[in-house]
Amino acid sequence: MATYDGFFDTLGLRDWCGTQDSGAPMSMADLLAKSSGADADTSLRDFPFPSLDALHEACSAIPQSRDLTLGLETGFLGIRDALRVVVDPLTQPLSWALENMLWVMTETPWWAMIPILLVITWMVGRSWKVVGFVALVLAGLAFVDHYEVAMQTLAIIFVCAFICVLLGVPIGIAMSRSDRLQGVLTPVLDMLQTLPPFVYLIPLIFLFSVTEPKLYGIAVILYAIVPVVRLTNLGIRLVNPDVIEAADAFGMTKSQKLFGVQIPLALPNIMAGVNQTIMMSLAMVVIASMVSAPGLGILVLRGIRNLELGVGLIAGLGIVVLAIALDRVTKASLARIDASQTSR
Amino acid sequence: MTKKNVKVSIRHLYKIFGADPEGALAKVREGMTKAELLDQTSHVLGLQDINVDMKEGEITVIMGLSGSGKSTLIRHLNRLIEPTAGEVLVNGEDILSWNDAQMRTLRRESMSMVFQNFALLPHRTVLENAGMALATRGKARRDYEDQANKWLDRVGLVGQGEQYPHQLSGGMQQRVGIARALASNSDIMLMDEAFSALDPLIRTDMQNLLLELQDELQKTIIFITHDLDEALKLADHLVILKDGAVVQQGQPQEILLNPADPYIEEFVADINRARVLRVRSVMTDREPDGLVDGEVAPSDNLESIIALAEGNMDRAFRVKSNGETSGYIDMKSVVEALVPRRVDAQD
Ligand SMILES: Nc1ncnc2c1ncn2[C@@H]1O[C@H](COP(=O)(O)OP(=O)(O)O)[C@@H](O)[C@H]1O
Ligand SMILES: [Mg+2]
Repeated sequence: MATYDGFFDTLGLRDWCGTQDSGAPMSMADLLAKSSGADADTSLRDFPFPSLDALHEACSAIPQSRDLTLGLETGFLGIRDALRVVVDPLTQPLSWALENMLWVMTETPWWAMIPILLVITWMVGRSWKVVGFVALVLAGLAFVDHYEVAMQTLAIIFVCAFICVLLGVPIGIAMSRSDRLQGVLTPVLDMLQTLPPFVYLIPLIFLFSVTEPKLYGIAVILYAIVPVVRLTNLGIRLVNPDVIEAADAFGMTKSQKLFGVQIPLALPNIMAGVNQTIMMSLAMVVIASMVSAPGLGILVLRGIRNLELGVGLIAGLGIVVLAIALDRVTKASLARIDASQTSR
Repeated sequence: MTKKNVKVSIRHLYKIFGADPEGALAKVREGMTKAELLDQTSHVLGLQDINVDMKEGEITVIMGLSGSGKSTLIRHLNRLIEPTAGEVLVNGEDILSWNDAQMRTLRRESMSMVFQNFALLPHRTVLENAGMALATRGKARRDYEDQANKWLDRVGLVGQGEQYPHQLSGGMQQRVGIARALASNSDIMLMDEAFSALDPLIRTDMQNLLLELQDELQKTIIFITHDLDEALKLADHLVILKDGAVVQQGQPQEILLNPADPYIEEFVADINRARVLRVRSVMTDREPDGLVDGEVAPSDNLESIIALAEGNMDRAFRVKSNGETSGYIDMKSVVEALVPRRVDAQD
């Protein structure tokens, strides 16, 4: 006898519910109640919330919550093939880019790779101090034999951050131009930022095979694209309206205004977004090592799984110094941009 | 003086801010005031029934207190703001019917603007800012460099081309703003409180610079200000705006001599007329009977004429501009112009 029997009886829904089929599998609560020998005659303290399970006990036409999760799963599996047909070719370049970048960065000998990275650092930051710091970090990682995993991590970050900027800046620009689009996208961005990254790993695992690099590539991009979109949008909206008015008054076209005024003036904000995007892809790359992303994250994971404290800590430290190095480099370029157009 | 062509003309212009300007317009036409409109429909009456002719080669000054609709009005001339009703004619053509491409050409080639807060591009050098209009037309830097440098030199910024705007003082930034407007080679210049953000001494300098340039270039200038001294110093034609409507317009001297309502009377009461009235607004075509005692410029104020005459009432002067005689001025008309008149004391 279930708690809500009376409810369905008084509403006259007994027929709709169908006869009590005792053949249905028992719920865990029933089993427990049986084994403890207690009767279904519950006291007020144990009066159950009218949840799907509780209602199902009284009326079998109402689904159990297990059916809900099951339904979601079969639903997703149902559209999976169709989704794959669309998403697979779209994301194939990502797999390709990740594979090649990983190959290039690990196969190039260290005595060529490290100078190349230092030259890039110099071009981005124009600061000897930062170049020195990056050299120290790379040398330190190589010295403790973490060179290859560090390069793998960097390769993934470079590809994912690049794609984030490639997609995020145009999306941010579109958002800054349309209040409606901003209204639609803001909750999506909020959701991407607040969802625990594990949650969108789950459907991705169903969608792609775990051996494909795009699986973790997409996860990293989804997680890290948010700040660059937000800050591009914000940066363009914050451009001094007087300057925009002047651009209009002198007859600039929309694209002259965008490329000649809005983007250059929003650049400090956009770069701050790129900085955050890079930091977030680094954070995500560690989590993504659970779905076969190579790099330092694998070692961290090994530390946790096998309780190898030293391995985990060294790899973790490696991630920290990489993070600081990436942060320094992007901040240096930000400072350079700021210096050329201060006081607005 | 020769009769000048009307360059820009505003006809029955209305601007109402709010959700339903058309509906509000009908109410305004039935006689609702600005305050009533705001109270009953929460629409702001920005401009009502404005009619102004701006003549070629003259400085038309639009003056009013803050919030009287000056910025709104000037932005209708290059359609940064669209009117609710009315016409804006440039060289006799109604620009409200023009499409985007036509408007862009107008803004690039025949109408430039100077802003209260300078509105320079902070990421471009002074030279690039001065050449902004030309660059916008698609000219490469080496093609506009000469033009831009020429106008920078002309406004007193020799050798500053490679600086960034934030490295310059406010006065110098506005010189860049003026050079930018001049370099576009447009024959109409819109100036929205161009000197209001500057210190008084620098403001005087800039006013003199503008008059000097105007003597040479004869542009059609529409100048906005809330400062009566500035308005009287610069204006060939003065328009006084209050709550979005024109209360009086005409020659500045005319307005000083015959204020149309107590609002303007109050405005002009404390003015040092000798300093603000200029020769050009008092001079006549009539040659004096007696001797001409000297030459003066049209932009000289009456104070300097009195000083030149050394207090003698029987002096008369020839007014010369660019080497040509443009009129005469005698001490009698100078003194007449100095006496304030009240509306109620008129005959
Ligand atoms: N976009 C707008 N929306 C609503 N009201 C406006 C808007 N722009 C201006 N106004 C109103 O129109 C009036 C005139 O403003 P403005 O032209 O800026 O005055 P001024 O330049 O003379 O100080 C003010 O009452 C102002 O509040
Ligand atoms: Mg204003």
